[in-house]
Amino acid sequence: MNRSKWKNVKDELFANGLGVAALLTLIVFTLGAVFAFLSGYDPNAMEAMARLKPPGAGHWFGTDDYGRDYLARALYGGRISLLVGFASMIVATGIGATIGVISGYFGGWLDNLLMRMLDVIMSIPSFLILLLLSVYLKPSVGNLIIIIALLMWMNVARVVRAETMTIKEREYVLYAKASGQSASGIIWRHILPGLVPVIIVGATNNIASAIMMESSLSFLGFGVQPPNATWGSMLNSAQGYIAQAPYLALFPGLLILLTVLSFNVLGDILRVGFEPKLMRR
Amino acid sequence: MRQLIVRRLLQTLPMLFFVSVVCFTMIKLAPGDPVLSFVTPNMHADDIERIRHNLGLDKPAYIQYFIWIKEMAQGNFGYSLVNHQPVLGQILERLPATAGLMGSAIALAVLLSIPLGLIAGANRNRWADKLINFISYVGISIPLFWLAILLMYLFAIKLHLLPSMGMRTIGVESAADVLKHGILPCSVLAFGFLAGYVRYIRSSTIGQLKEEYVQIQYAFGSKKSTILFRHVLKHVLLPVITLLGMSMGDLVAGAIVTETVFSWPGIGSLGMTAVKGMDYPLIMGITLFSSLMLIFGNLVADILYSFVDPRIQLKG
Repeated sequence: MNRSKWKNVKDELFANGLGVAALLTLIVFTLGAVFAFLSGYDPNAMEAMARLKPPGAGHWFGTDDYGRDYLARALYGGRISLLVGFASMIVATGIGATIGVISGYFGGWLDNLLMRMLDVIMSIPSFLILLLLSVYLKPSVGNLIIIIALLMWMNVARVVRAETMTIKEREYVLYAKASGQSASGIIWRHILPGLVPVIIVGATNNIASAIMMESSLSFLGFGVQPPNATWGSMLNSAQGYIAQAPYLALFPGLLILLTVLSFNVLGDILRVGFEPKLMRR
Repeated sequence: MRQLIVRRLLQTLPMLFFVSVVCFTMIKLAPGDPVLSFVTPNMHADDIERIRHNLGLDKPAYIQYFIWIKEMAQGNFGYSLVNHQPVLGQILERLPATAGLMGSAIALAVLLSIPLGLIAGANRNRWADKLINFISYVGISIPLFWLAILLMYLFAIKLHLLPSMGMRTIGVESAADVLKHGILPCSVLAFGFLAGYVRYIRSSTIGQLKEEYVQIQYAFGSKKSTILFRHVLKHVLLPVITLLGMSMGDLVAGAIVTETVFSWPGIGSLGMTAVKGMDYPLIMGITLFSSLMLIFGNLVADILYSFVDPRIQLKG
């Protein structure tokens, strides 16, 4: 990992407006989630007189079927959605990178075993497993993070393994080996730094899919439980009021779309920036 | 070729084993004693033990597993806890609706993605490419259930053009009616994986355009569109087969969500009802069924691919 790669990423980011827009979107959403209390409303406070108010002054996003301020709910919901996305990404990337490095570095039967295992896990439709696990485990934020992470680490493991296999043939690694360094030392000092780009790209894409998984699960009613909301569960309740209050469905969906879109765009920019040999889009 | 198929078949064995163990474990872990559903108030404790024995529940877990597998192989997937109907029967009853939805969605996605991908690849970095690229970005980022709600709002509630729910109008028995109900779910499902196909076809088009045969065609004075749709198309089509195999998983996830939103009476919505009602045998049946579909879908795609392109040697 050297400075020129980061410079490439920066150039790539500013070369197209989409990248800057994505970055800004994510910064705004994260700030919104962190400072959600500034909306001035309690996201779970019901107000019978103010049911299903369309967006306007006072309630920028309107109010929902219980008279709760929709902007506040969206901000607090974003907190959970982003937290789940970020945390599952960390866990999944950790598992994936560890297994990938071990598999790629040691090779042989261990590699064979791990990769066959991975194939097998990938052969079950992951979303179905997600549903199943959420039936067995109590749907809490912690469980949600673990479940989603357990279904996402495989892609990172694959790319990390492939990258490790090329890096371990480089001369400086061979030299380190010949000079008698321990395997863990070589991995830590010489291989891991080279893996940073693929891990960052994989992690970015993982956040996008984690947020998508969380929202699908919450939409189906198996995510975080009421009265707490996430963007997905807000869409679930909005479904019943689609004719009277379409804005209830509009906002959370738009937030999911923009967040996932931004992470996907950034993931691509990072990938192209780190690998200038790759064809420019 | 035969060797290849045999090897590929052998590879699916551990997958099948794993899937079946997962399903079996989950049934075992399910809360509640299955014997209780047979117990009546005036039963003696001995009777209850006899039922347990008859159900084979007093045997060790691995024996129960083999019995379970044997039953599965004979088509006995168990009975629903809710309506006591055979699980397999219920799944098969819903299969046509799901197969129809998935099949038409795949067809739609392939038909749209080929021209879009070719055009994008041939006009790399020009406005057409950028537009298609942006659409496919949105395509991979949009939550399908949200798209479903939006389309439902627009076409069913605002414009009254299409029905929003179910597969048939009550009392109407016509193919046209089913088609009309299917337009929205099919479009939503297709959009879900259209984007991935477009990106794939675009990049393989870019690769193909660098090949020698394209240069030769240019030298012969062929038009760009002729080269694209007559020559490049052929080479780009092949990998689409493997793509189909790979998208089976997304297809299952997409079908669950889409069928739920549109109340489409398929396996996906059956699964949702089963999960909500904690109907464990039905949940397991559906998991097993869709995993089998996934595994064999991939298998067929791989074998098919090696038939059309014998250069491909499947690696172990």
